[in-house]
Amino acid sequence: MTEIFGIPTQALFGQLLIGLINGSFYALLSLGLAVIFGLLNIINFTHGAQYMMGAFVAYLLLNKLGIGYWWSLLIAPLIVGATGVVIERLMLSKLYKLDHLYGLLLTFGLALIVQGLFRNEYGSSGQPYQIPSQLQGGQNLGFMFLPNYRAWIILASAVVCLSTWFVIERTKLGSYLRAATENPQLVQAFGVNVPRMITLTYGFGVALAALAGVMAAPVYQVSPQMGADLIIVVFAVVVIGGMGSILGSIVTGFGLGLIEGLTKVFYPEASSTVIFIIMAIVLLVRPAGLFGTQK
Amino acid sequence: MNPKRKLLSTLVATTCGLGAAAAQAQISDGVIKIGVMNDMSGLYADIAGPGSVTAAKMAVEDFGAAAKGMKVEVVGADHQNKPDVGSTIARTWYDVDKVDAIFDVPTSSVALAVNQITKDKGKAFISSGAATSDLTGKACSPNTIHWTYDTWMLANGTGSAIVKTGGDSWFFLTADYAFGHALERDTTAAVTKAGGKVLGGVRHPFPGTDFSSFLLQAQSSKAKVIGLANAGGDTINSIKQASEFGIVKGGQSLAGMLVFITDVHALGLNTAQGLVFTETFYWDLNDQTRAWSKRFAAANGGKYPSMVQAGVYSSVLHYLKAVEAAKTDDGTKIIAKMKELPTDDPLFGKGSVRADGRKIHPAYLVEVKKPAESKAPYDYYKIRATIPADQAFRPIDQGDCPLVAKK
Repeated sequence: MTEIFGIPTQALFGQLLIGLINGSFYALLSLGLAVIFGLLNIINFTHGAQYMMGAFVAYLLLNKLGIGYWWSLLIAPLIVGATGVVIERLMLSKLYKLDHLYGLLLTFGLALIVQGLFRNEYGSSGQPYQIPSQLQGGQNLGFMFLPNYRAWIILASAVVCLSTWFVIERTKLGSYLRAATENPQLVQAFGVNVPRMITLTYGFGVALAALAGVMAAPVYQVSPQMGADLIIVVFAVVVIGGMGSILGSIVTGFGLGLIEGLTKVFYPEASSTVIFIIMAIVLLVRPAGLFGTQK
Repeated sequence: MNPKRKLLSTLVATTCGLGAAAAQAQISDGVIKIGVMNDMSGLYADIAGPGSVTAAKMAVEDFGAAAKGMKVEVVGADHQNKPDVGSTIARTWYDVDKVDAIFDVPTSSVALAVNQITKDKGKAFISSGAATSDLTGKACSPNTIHWTYDTWMLANGTGSAIVKTGGDSWFFLTADYAFGHALERDTTAAVTKAGGKVLGGVRHPFPGTDFSSFLLQAQSSKAKVIGLANAGGDTINSIKQASEFGIVKGGQSLAGMLVFITDVHALGLNTAQGLVFTETFYWDLNDQTRAWSKRFAAANGGKYPSMVQAGVYSSVLHYLKAVEAAKTDDGTKIIAKMKELPTDDPLFGKGSVRADGRKIHPAYLVEVKKPAESKAPYDYYKIRATIPADQAFRPIDQGDCPLVAKK
């Protein structure tokens, strides 16, 4: 068997594939963050909690109403996105004129409250959620056993990420959005309802987090902590990619998943820190991030 | 109590010239303050958490402290599984808040820190939640008692049993901190002693979320048994993801080295069935444990007790008995008294505390029931074997505890 640095290539392929799966979650989550920061200039610390809410809504839909995974993929983001719209209307909209820090504090506080409420109700060990029957089992790829569900995650995440990028960077609606962040008064003067657009954008970013949550539910326990564990890494991804850069967050999300996967093979102890080491290096060399532009 | 205050209280007592007053004055500020420190919000919160505080309060109530004229207060704090946070709480409790004894403290790294601080300050530390056998080994202290379970006991109970049934080659998935390392070390010893061998292992960051990469490494090791030297949410996610990656179907089996009933509850019997592990308490052992557990569940939002929470109840009860007998709350004296008195409570039965601080009671090798066998929520275990108290824990002369070596 051929080896690279003492690791059999087959094992290496397996680890790379797993890195890609984790990268899918990073990409999906950082995408939502990037959209919100890029268009609202709000650092949305509630993102992790909203991801967790997505998973919990899927869990509740299944256990209280008997609604399965596939409908949850649609319904959960809608419900959680709607709560996002309410938060934006009632609270965030008051903060746009102030420093970033206020938005950060508000969303961070909200995240703690939401997590606390769910922990109080469901405990910290989490609730089980089964993989949908259509995606159970897996394929033997020769070098590893790939569960069907994980393959689905990569596929779905790539499709969602690319379509979001396409809508924002290549369509008329996207150009309105981008223009509204550059100069809201001017866009408003052209007859576009800017506040409504911003509200919906926030709702959309939150819905993306909830979608990632539904997709994560069968893989991890549906637990109040699931978002808090992930959110710091996702923030690092956004910073490395460049705050607010859509393409940057997608590419770095998948890329860092791969790098993390490799670290788990060569030096597993460092796998939780490697992303932050990269973040430090990137900030030293390119303060605006890999894909960011200095404003 | 520091020498100066001791002198002062003796002075006060002599001046009063009353025997009864002398006994009272030995309880610092007239209140026995019990601090329950654990993970209140993270991955171990269901194992210990607020439930442990509830258990401590039940012990104070059942002891009848108020009727005996003792004033007992229970406080709780969240150490967030961080040794630095735990150390700060311990110091504040001892120095500022006048806490007399700290209970529970899961997360071995935090427990080892609290162990040292308690020794420096001459207070009392009775750990229920921590696992590392070092607490009664090389880190043993005249101020610490290790109550419910430890890594040696888990390794010996589960490890030997699995090797005996044919699982003779092992690969470890280890949480990368004091607890995981101790558990891996003790299990390796137990497995080797029983005639098995360890093929390798991988250390994952703590707490972790995605274990697939490590599981894949375990899979390619071709070991018959994958030993999970982790706990709480980490174990839950490992087991869940192992089933997703078809590891058990591929012929390898999982050995959860430290599994709690709360973990089984969270996993669901579908995923957890057939798991074999060791516990020192199960609610459905006898009428007394059933009665207590139902009371506990009613006060704990319907959640049944883990062995850690049961251990907190049992240890607080014994602590209060020792305070009553010794008529002091001086940490070092109380721990000595606790070792002297035999233990007896409805949950762990009769037992004792050894010179090295190890509490001795039987352990149970349990197997998780199949969904069809379980008749009610929390009806999860079949008891496969009872390991008698004198065999369940590490022999006192093998722990390298300086307290024992001195003899």
